[in-house]
Amino acid sequence: MDNVTGQSLAQMLKGGVIMDVTNAKEASVAESAGACAVMALERVPSDIRRDGGVARMSDPKMIVEIQEVSTIPVMAKVRIGHDMEAEILQALEVDFIDESEVLTPACPFDHVDKSKFKVPFVCGARNLGEALRRINEGASMIRTKGEAGTGNIVEAVRHIKTMNREIAALAEMDEAALKSAAAEMCVPYELVQKVKDLGRLPVVNFAAGGIATPADAALCMQLGCDGVFVGSGIFKSSDPAKMAHAIVQAVINYKDPVKLAELSKGLGDAMPGLEIENLDVRMQDRGSINTPENDRSLSTAGRL
Amino acid sequence: MIGVLALQGGFKEHEDILDELQFPHRRVRSLDDVEGLTGLVIPGGESTVMKMFMELYGLDEWLVERASDENFKIYGTCAGMILLADLRILDAVVKRNAYGRQLDSFLAEMPLGDLNVRGHFIRAPKIETLGAKAESLIDHDGVPVFVRQGNIWASSFHPELAGDSQIHATIF
Repeated sequence: MDNVTGQSLAQMLKGGVIMDVTNAKEASVAESAGACAVMALERVPSDIRRDGGVARMSDPKMIVEIQEVSTIPVMAKVRIGHDMEAEILQALEVDFIDESEVLTPACPFDHVDKSKFKVPFVCGARNLGEALRRINEGASMIRTKGEAGTGNIVEAVRHIKTMNREIAALAEMDEAALKSAAAEMCVPYELVQKVKDLGRLPVVNFAAGGIATPADAALCMQLGCDGVFVGSGIFKSSDPAKMAHAIVQAVINYKDPVKLAELSKGLGDAMPGLEIENLDVRMQDRGSINTPENDRSLSTAGRL
Repeated sequence: MIGVLALQGGFKEHEDILDELQFPHRRVRSLDDVEGLTGLVIPGGESTVMKMFMELYGLDEWLVERASDENFKIYGTCAGMILLADLRILDAVVKRNAYGRQLDSFLAEMPLGDLNVRGHFIRAPKIETLGAKAESLIDHDGVPVFVRQGNIWASSFHPELAGDSQIHATIF
């Protein structure tokens, strides 16, 4: 049921930066700057936000071109609940699939049944319930949803701290309270018990959605994330190679403010930022999927 | 005191194994961390990233120098093996991702003397040529996957991800 090799690959990505790239040239820039993986997509989230319309899986031709120049893992995004896009990405032998709210959801009821796939999945989450439902569906890795394409870290921080607090609260719960929490989140009791025992998610957990600077990345690491995704933040900055390298260094040296100060010098302009309250579309709300009742996983739907 | 190179990747999993064995260890991120070490674990991760920062922080030259001390034990897993070959510490030609993409990742159990070692091969590197100074301790499908060259050990696979402490116990 668990994708063991997928969880292992996620463990190898820890302490690293996964960068959105839209072509082979950007993929090479990202790898040379120290990315631990690249996310192949046609438009970075800020462009998807600007363009509007339906955002879909990327052109396989572009994904293959990026695979050809990359020695690091190549990820690609599917729309929430789009099993066929996922089948296609698996046929392309991508290394990881991101079932992502950045693309337009394809199913109003369910996420992809990830346990059917050999290729591992990463999914976004805003809280512990969402994370555990995705893990229960077979996700090998979790990331915060944040608010992609905004260059605004506030939503990622909200999601990291929400999850941290919910996990901390489990420590105080007895068996009855844990069972009730599990029922509320629509996940098996054993999974909640495991989170309580570990004091963290049972899979690797990255930050994503709004990271624009080395300081943003370091903040997410300090809050306990295992690594970061940077979407628009690299190639919408004025000097992508420099920004990318600085963010990678910030993730490694997040405990060292002196080094962070040094590596943050003279990076040029970060991507333009957006206020959350002025957004037309909140990508984090996309999916079925705002309440546990609507966001019930395939595997638990039958038992509740 | 065993150092665990902690630039990027799965260093925590090696620390968990060393904890289980009650071997004292310390994270190595810069030359400030290397005083008094008797050995080093180089974890899995992305070798491009780890290599970049070993060079940037001067750890590559330090490691080459320490590797010549026969009492200084070094164990590299996966990306760690690639780095040992790249730095010419391990006499081997290693090809990255030679087992294929993630879909080709696999788990295996392999005999090592009287032991049965479990390992995860994750986008694993393959030893294409093993130099005369090194010997294979485990072959898998006719390919050396765990090798030793004096005070240097390297594996294509991750025993630490399988929670298997036997190799660490043997080396350190």
